[in-house]
Amino acid sequence: MKFEHLELSELREKLDKKEITSVQLTEYFLARIEKLNPELNAFVTICRDEALSQARVADDYINSPGENPPLCGIPFSAKDLFCTVGVRTTASSKILDQYIPPYDSTVIVKLKEQKAVLVGKTNLDQFAHGSSTETSYYGPTKNPWDTSRIPGGSSGGSAASVAAGMVPFALGTETGGSIRQPSSLCGVSGWKPTYGRVSRFGVIAMASSLDSPGAHGKSVKDLVSLANIMSGVDLKDSTTGDRISDFRLQIADLKGVRVGVPKQYFVDGMQEEVRERVIEATKELERLGAELVEVDLPHTKYGSLVYAIVAPAEIASNLSRYDGIRYGYVTSEAKNLLEVYEKSRSEGFGDEAKRRIMTGTYVLSAGYYDAYYKRAQKVRRFIINEFAEVFKKVDVLVAPSSPNVAVTLGKAADDPLFGYIADQLNIPSSLAGLPALSVPCGFARPQDGVTPSVDGLPVGLQIIGPQWGEQKIFDVGLAYQSATDWHKKHPTEISNS
Amino acid sequence: MLTTDEVKKIAVLARISLSPEEVEKFRSELSTVLDYVEDLQQVNIEGVEEVSQVTGLVNVQREDISVEFADLQAITSQAPEMKDGYYKVKAIL
Repeated sequence: MKFEHLELSELREKLDKKEITSVQLTEYFLARIEKLNPELNAFVTICRDEALSQARVADDYINSPGENPPLCGIPFSAKDLFCTVGVRTTASSKILDQYIPPYDSTVIVKLKEQKAVLVGKTNLDQFAHGSSTETSYYGPTKNPWDTSRIPGGSSGGSAASVAAGMVPFALGTETGGSIRQPSSLCGVSGWKPTYGRVSRFGVIAMASSLDSPGAHGKSVKDLVSLANIMSGVDLKDSTTGDRISDFRLQIADLKGVRVGVPKQYFVDGMQEEVRERVIEATKELERLGAELVEVDLPHTKYGSLVYAIVAPAEIASNLSRYDGIRYGYVTSEAKNLLEVYEKSRSEGFGDEAKRRIMTGTYVLSAGYYDAYYKRAQKVRRFIINEFAEVFKKVDVLVAPSSPNVAVTLGKAADDPLFGYIADQLNIPSSLAGLPALSVPCGFARPQDGVTPSVDGLPVGLQIIGPQWGEQKIFDVGLAYQSATDWHKKHPTEISNS
Repeated sequence: MLTTDEVKKIAVLARISLSPEEVEKFRSELSTVLDYVEDLQQVNIEGVEEVSQVTGLVNVQREDISVEFADLQAITSQAPEMKDGYYKVKAIL
């Protein structure tokens, strides 16, 4: 029997009916990870012993009377940015290569309460700085559809692990595209929550006003189930909002739903076939009863520019904690305290982290703060207000998740602007703290002159909602996936020869 | 284009030591990023209040209750160097 592409409800039923035990299911996915990971490099750490021990606990629970929690006994992976007690958590960086957290992040606690089974920690761009997973200290993750290409990033290992059927679902995080873009490039469904819907506690910080822990799954239905478990106010994260997170799974038709199509999201330089797939998806929504409305978001073009200042500024501040004293890498070359700081950080951080720390330091420094940081935070106000105005007229917005399909490995390496351009369609809504989904909506041929190993590569449709408007994007996503089967397409199995 | 001295000053503020080659590399790359954001100067921001947060939450408070952490060893074992239960650091000067 094959389990790698089953949805959560199907796995739940098999576990509840005792057709399979959690230990067997965990062994099944561990075997797939061990088989596929040498080629894909989606995992930094595989925690076989811990997983099997958690699976045994889940089986005991399932064998005792009473109802089982939705995720009880189901394996999952977590981006290696989520602290996991006793399991190495690296942020895919050298500086945290040996770090073993003394505590669990809140989201991990919630999943452990469900008795879900953590099988491993997935690869990411170092400290989530990037959009290709190539800035990882442990080397790039490969796209399961074509292993000469990037999976996207920064949550590339998580998206690839779901696409390749190494896990039923994966935790990811997004600061400016890091869930939507890899979901799109790997052909899986992804949820970027409203900022404050899911606790950031225990997630290694990148840019604190933007960081949103979320998930990659087989379907929107799976993501809604996860949202019901992951969401909620947390005393350990004072930016979490006390909002009800009891989302409906029922599929409704889209009669009366107004779907905004922002013209600025069909940018110059985007691939023609990506545009076609997204337009086809909007037509499908129309067939389902939605009303399409063209809308205007003129400040879109400033989104990536604001982000290129605000994100590094917050990164510089957050990454100042790596001092080589309390935890993490320390240099062996220092003669005094200042050299401990300077050399540990120089040897421990990769180029992308250094670039962002220094950019952030510069834009926050005396004499430049007003011209850069303060100005960017003012322009951010226009972006927020513009979305708020548009959401008076429409229920959701739809657009491409990424202007392109996956590019070949190596394109991002020394381009300091790669991420800001790759994520230009995700960043504005991140700056406004809005929720979004990316759902597979077809395939397109790449235009980079390199013949891919498959006919087409996955294209993603993003569905953006108003602040706290998760139910709206879930309704549209559920309806879309009830009428299409793009989310049921999987890459050809990689064979180890 | 940033000057070499500006890059060196940023590196000192950021507590990252750079080789002369790295100073040149980052001088060029940081300048690329600063050029990229240049268009923000065109936006009329007069009278606009800057964003400091997006949630709208105000004065979030909780009881100040201390909770003893069960496994102190799990924290201190992460330090590169400890002595008699204290973090050990190099001389400041």
